[in-house]
Amino acid sequence: MLDVRSLKNDFPILQQDAYEGNSLVYLDSAATSQKPDIVIEAMNSYYRNYNANVHRGIHRLSEEATTAFEGARERIANFFNAPDPACTIFTKNTTEALNLVAYSWGRRNIEAGDEILLTEMEHHSNIVPWQLLAEEKGAVIRYLPFTDEGLLEMSNLDDYLSRRTKLVSFASMSNVFGTINPSKSLVEAAHSVGAVAVIDGAQSVPHLPVDVQELDCDFLAFSGHKMCGPTGIGVLYGKRSLLEEMPPFLGGGDMIRKVQFEGSTWNDLPWKFEAGTPNIAEGIGLGAAVDYLNDIGMDNVHAYEQFITGYALEALSEVDGLRVLGPQVGLKGGVAAFTLAGVHPHDISQLLDEDGIAIRAGHHCAMPLHQKLSIPASARASFYLYTTTEDIDRLVAGLNRVRKVFRLD
Amino acid sequence: MDERMYREQIIDLYENPLNFGSLEPADFTYEEDNPLCGDVIRIYVRIDEDNRVSDVSWSGEGCAISQASASLLTEDIKGKTLDEVKAYTKEDVLELLGIQLSMTRIKCALLSLKVLKAGAYGMPDVEELRKG
Repeated sequence: MLDVRSLKNDFPILQQDAYEGNSLVYLDSAATSQKPDIVIEAMNSYYRNYNANVHRGIHRLSEEATTAFEGARERIANFFNAPDPACTIFTKNTTEALNLVAYSWGRRNIEAGDEILLTEMEHHSNIVPWQLLAEEKGAVIRYLPFTDEGLLEMSNLDDYLSRRTKLVSFASMSNVFGTINPSKSLVEAAHSVGAVAVIDGAQSVPHLPVDVQELDCDFLAFSGHKMCGPTGIGVLYGKRSLLEEMPPFLGGGDMIRKVQFEGSTWNDLPWKFEAGTPNIAEGIGLGAAVDYLNDIGMDNVHAYEQFITGYALEALSEVDGLRVLGPQVGLKGGVAAFTLAGVHPHDISQLLDEDGIAIRAGHHCAMPLHQKLSIPASARASFYLYTTTEDIDRLVAGLNRVRKVFRLD
Repeated sequence: MDERMYREQIIDLYENPLNFGSLEPADFTYEEDNPLCGDVIRIYVRIDEDNRVSDVSWSGEGCAISQASASLLTEDIKGKTLDEVKAYTKEDVLELLGIQLSMTRIKCALLSLKVLKAGAYGMPDVEELRKG
């Protein structure tokens, strides 16, 4: 098993006290992860030693920056087993990657009466781009329901698919329930009716081994900042045949082959979709993050998170009035969203903060999911490779203090 | 100002809110939510012939801060003229609460004020809008 205590030393932010005498317990990694020193240093080194624009200058610094940036792309592509780094497009984040598919592929291929299948447990970023597209084209959005346990109703999947279904998009891991969805079956089902399969990997790629060739998905979107990398960099993977056919998303420099007054032609993949100066330092930083995770091994990350999630669910079950949303350990990743009877999630989060414990409170950008559960909000503790059993013990102690302040004992 | 956000009075008001319930018919009523945290507050106000608040109540759900603020604000406006109600400020509400709030929690504290002022200024109520 991972030696989490020594691993935690890689993260400078986790060495500090949140408040005097209260060391920081960071349990909000599903929102954004912390960054190890080597990622921060990789970005600093670019700015200190070889800052220059990429793909442009014929000078030493630009060559060095281009080599580092494109080298990062190759290592990132290998991380999720892309067949070709050209199919790994840098975006700002998962949201932008999904919007790219909706605007570029969606606008060309979705017509009135077509259906788009999502699930009831999607993050807003995997709902709203499709709603905008459906509204523009007169298409219909359907939602595959989840069960009381927080699992997708796979047995009813056939009822939601037909020849009208043109696209199926789903999170391979839920950011609220933590449910690890059966991605391969969903992709196969989408393909069986001729639909394109899109995976929102924002929560899965940082926490589990993901292999696009094995999944056979058409698109995969994820963010760097949830996987030890910086903000401002995300990835859209797409199958080459689809990306080749798609029109550009944003127009500008770097994405063109030739510009004339009468019109322009497009650059090769992946640059066709990367208009303007990219987030160079962030791309290099995400490359370093991928190296860091590879050194540890994604199988080890996943196995450790199963351990810490099991420990957390067991410990949380001891807190009176607390209900964890979503399935049991084994079926979910490192997320425990919960309610505590008699206390609003904001008050829980505020009181835990006084103890130096950072969790999330609210709807976690999944309002439809909360509406279905008839709760306005939930509190969410989420874990990563640096989460220790002591962190969980502090959380439970903090929750028992919340109960005391609210006179629930 | 008390440095502890959850001092006894806040929890007392969370357990036993003041002026809680609906008041129909009211001279004005208004509701708004804070979509970020799911807090909802509706305020009902009756005005007498002197243009003063003769009765007031509120309903809704949310965090302890938004609930305490609704209790304290509705209690404070009793007997005030409509013009005085319209003149309530953010500072007035924070003084009533008497606690220090972080940037993110000030929104919770001010939801009741937002609802009250929108009602006092005659914003169309959401129920009326729903009825068309």
